[in-house]
Amino acid sequence: MAASTKGSPNKSRWSAGVTPYADMGYYDADYEPKDTDILCVFRFVPQEGIDAIEAAAAVAGESSTATWTVVWTDRLTAYEHYQAKCYRVDPVPGKENEYFAYIAYDLDLFEEGSIANMTSSIIGNVFGFKALKSLRLEDMRIPPHYTKTFQGPAHGIVMEREYLNKYGRPLLGATTKPKLGLSARNYGRVVYEALRGGLDFVKDDENINSQPFMRWRDRFLYCMEGVQRAMAETGEIKGHYLNVTAATMEDMYERAEFAKEIGSVIIMVDLTVGYTALQSIAKWARKNGVILHLHRAGHSTYTRQKSHGVSFRVISKWMRLTGVDHIHAGTIVGKLEGDPNTVRGFYDTLRENKVAPNPVYGLFFEQDWASVPGVMPVASGGIHAGQMHQLLSYLGEDVVLQFGGGTIGHPDGIAEGATANRVALEAMIQARNEGRDYVNEGPEILQRAARWSPSLAKALEIWKDITFNFESTDTPDVVATPSM
Amino acid sequence: MTDEQTTPQAEGANIQTPAEDTALVDIDTAYREANVQQLLDELDRELIGLKPVKSRIREIASLLLIELLREKVSLSTERPTLHMSFTGRPGTGKTTVALRMAKILHHLGFVRKGHLVVATRDDLVGQYVGHTAPKTKEMLKRAMGGVLFIDEAYYLYRPENERDYGQEAIEMLLQAMENHRDNLVVILAGYKDRMDTFFQSNPGFHSRIAHHIDFPDYSLDELMEIAELMVRQQMYVFDDPSRQAFCEYLELRMQRPHFSNARSVRNAIDRIKMRQASRLVQQGGLIAKEELARIDVSDIRQSRVFQGELNGQ
Amino acid sequence: MRITQGTFSYLPDLSDDQIKAQVQYCLDNDWPVSVEYTDDPHPRNVYWEMWGKPMFDLKDPEGVMQEINECRQTFPNHYIRVNGYDRRLGRQTTALSFIVNRPQEEPGFRVDRVEMNDRVVKYTLHSYATDKPKGQRYE
Repeated sequence: MAASTKGSPNKSRWSAGVTPYADMGYYDADYEPKDTDILCVFRFVPQEGIDAIEAAAAVAGESSTATWTVVWTDRLTAYEHYQAKCYRVDPVPGKENEYFAYIAYDLDLFEEGSIANMTSSIIGNVFGFKALKSLRLEDMRIPPHYTKTFQGPAHGIVMEREYLNKYGRPLLGATTKPKLGLSARNYGRVVYEALRGGLDFVKDDENINSQPFMRWRDRFLYCMEGVQRAMAETGEIKGHYLNVTAATMEDMYERAEFAKEIGSVIIMVDLTVGYTALQSIAKWARKNGVILHLHRAGHSTYTRQKSHGVSFRVISKWMRLTGVDHIHAGTIVGKLEGDPNTVRGFYDTLRENKVAPNPVYGLFFEQDWASVPGVMPVASGGIHAGQMHQLLSYLGEDVVLQFGGGTIGHPDGIAEGATANRVALEAMIQARNEGRDYVNEGPEILQRAARWSPSLAKALEIWKDITFNFESTDTPDVVATPSM
Repeated sequence: MTDEQTTPQAEGANIQTPAEDTALVDIDTAYREANVQQLLDELDRELIGLKPVKSRIREIASLLLIELLREKVSLSTERPTLHMSFTGRPGTGKTTVALRMAKILHHLGFVRKGHLVVATRDDLVGQYVGHTAPKTKEMLKRAMGGVLFIDEAYYLYRPENERDYGQEAIEMLLQAMENHRDNLVVILAGYKDRMDTFFQSNPGFHSRIAHHIDFPDYSLDELMEIAELMVRQQMYVFDDPSRQAFCEYLELRMQRPHFSNARSVRNAIDRIKMRQASRLVQQGGLIAKEELARIDVSDIRQSRVFQGELNGQ
Repeated sequence: MRITQGTFSYLPDLSDDQIKAQVQYCLDNDWPVSVEYTDDPHPRNVYWEMWGKPMFDLKDPEGVMQEINECRQTFPNHYIRVNGYDRRLGRQTTALSFIVNRPQEEPGFRVDRVEMNDRVVKYTLHSYATDKPKGQRYE
């Protein structure tokens, strides 16, 4: 173990045995990252007695060319070129024995257009490395040279809006509830009611695939009946995210093809299918003109804890490269994890063309997307119409707001629940555009709209006291921000 | 305005109830609140001379302020006509004053935005059938909420040509001046004599114009003052001989045709700077800072005006 | 039925002052504003007729209001919408779009179904308005 067994001070770089990673060239304080380098910043805690710089060099080494001992076969390569270089190590403010390591990787280390290949290096073996107590990939700078080798979002925010003919406001959605157990016929009813009431989208939940109580093909058929009926009732384009997640790629293609054949504008897939499957289905989605929604099922196992794993801002970047059109990225005010500034950083990363470094939002690097279209973030989980002013202010206009319980749980019915949300949204957009201080006057604006909208009045009444006020775990390091 | 949701037609309900006859209205506060003094001061600073113009502007501002107060206590029935004509030779400050006027009108609430849109015949009148209406309409729409300044307005009217499309623009302007009194103010500008003729043949305009302001030519002293200001602003200096020469230059230039007041002064100074530069380059060698700023008498005397050979520059 | 296309279809119809406030929002964002009309409100009918060109360089909503009113006078029983357009790099698309005029009666749509094999149904939306030729709808 290089990090714990320091080699002899007189040992030459190439004599057999163990040489510290730092001495092998994986640490270079004078290295100036090239424009074409992929940059990473890792948060790490070294084991007791391990020097921080050596530990950081080990991360660079283990995520690029190194192994635990010197191998003469290195000398058959231009190894200096392929070695990742840690060029900066900073202590984490206010933390004992916790550091940020900045590491540069040459572009040649990675296969063009492959998330699987890039991640196998950067979050490969290194996360199990014994010399580290914990390791977290906080952020990445992906240069346009590499970005441009990926497809990017199948359609992107602008194309999606033009396709759906919906402008100037967030889109509205809901996840069909209960998550599991409804028969296909009952399921389609929920879809129809929510869409005719005023939502733009309804969604399968992540674990709705093809179970004994409802097989996928039946679900697709009934859902499309609901979608088409709702379009006729409203004269608007409507969609239902048909979940094509399945055991094999062949199954996924089969379901996606069927969704397209029966006229669905959108399909969905879960993060659990893996990066390669995602890239494949994203290619399919662009080729077939179907919008691709991604449910980030499972991400919290490695994104939520600050000590170990991968930050969701990095996952956001990978998913924009992968080519999804929608991704769940937090609500701030809802039931799921989400510090306001951190979530803002995810949203900027997904939507903007150029993102400046901003420690307040947890963004370490500038990220130039070089005109790769934006991904529409989706806010879902424990939100309701009474929070509309906060949602609009925190999340902006290019977002899908999904009110599952907040639609289906309406006392007067699903369509009324949907109408309540749509009225609240339009009233808030109108007030914002008129220059009103809609954030502070939000409750009053909603109450005024409720005077002529009984659906909204009921929704405001029933959910008036619902907030999810817990402390966030994944927060930026510069400022402690209160949870909403 | 979201509040009017339930009764979308409720707008315009902002009608004042007549105040008691004994109610007092504070003119000072209204004056201060409208920031008019500040605008008039700026005008004073910005433009040299123009005494009669400035006092006319002051009068109009007072009139409008009182109009506003009368409106508040329900003593007036409808918005006054505010269209104006600015007559005078080129370079007498008409556009600058129009810019100020737009601001004053805005501060007093007679126009909503207070911007100035400058138009000439070419912006309003088309080349072929059906071309004029959209052009004029476009300019009118841009000027909504502000002031439409039509320079050399008499070119709109070409009596010698029966088929001239200018007439169409004139009719549209007249209509807008009547129907959109709340939405825009039109200022017609140009030489005094030609404007008089124009108004004679187009009485519709004359009757719709509330304020005529005549911009007199600058006196020699005022022009010298303008010149000194411009030279100072550009960080040059006259010495005594060059100052004397420039004064003589102006005297001669004023007699010549196409003299356009402040604009001619600016052009003359531009040419003097050019000559100074050529002189210095020809001279070469080391040079003191003052010499880079100083205008020499020769820089002025070279002007063809002194040779008496040119009809105008 | 009531067609709910556009940004503000779930609110009561906007008054002229409310329309002006939205237009002002567009102008403040430096978005040119355009007016369009149609008698075929099918959701896939992207190209409504243009009531003149988009209006650039306006400061005040009055000019737009004038066009809306002229369009209303000419087509009192058509759908009319107002659009704000964002030309910024990365957008270059409509930023706001809302209906300002509707026909007295909105006949809406029906779903036509063609039954295929294996329970598959092919759907198409039929706009009742288009049963009559262009120009005679909504009379």
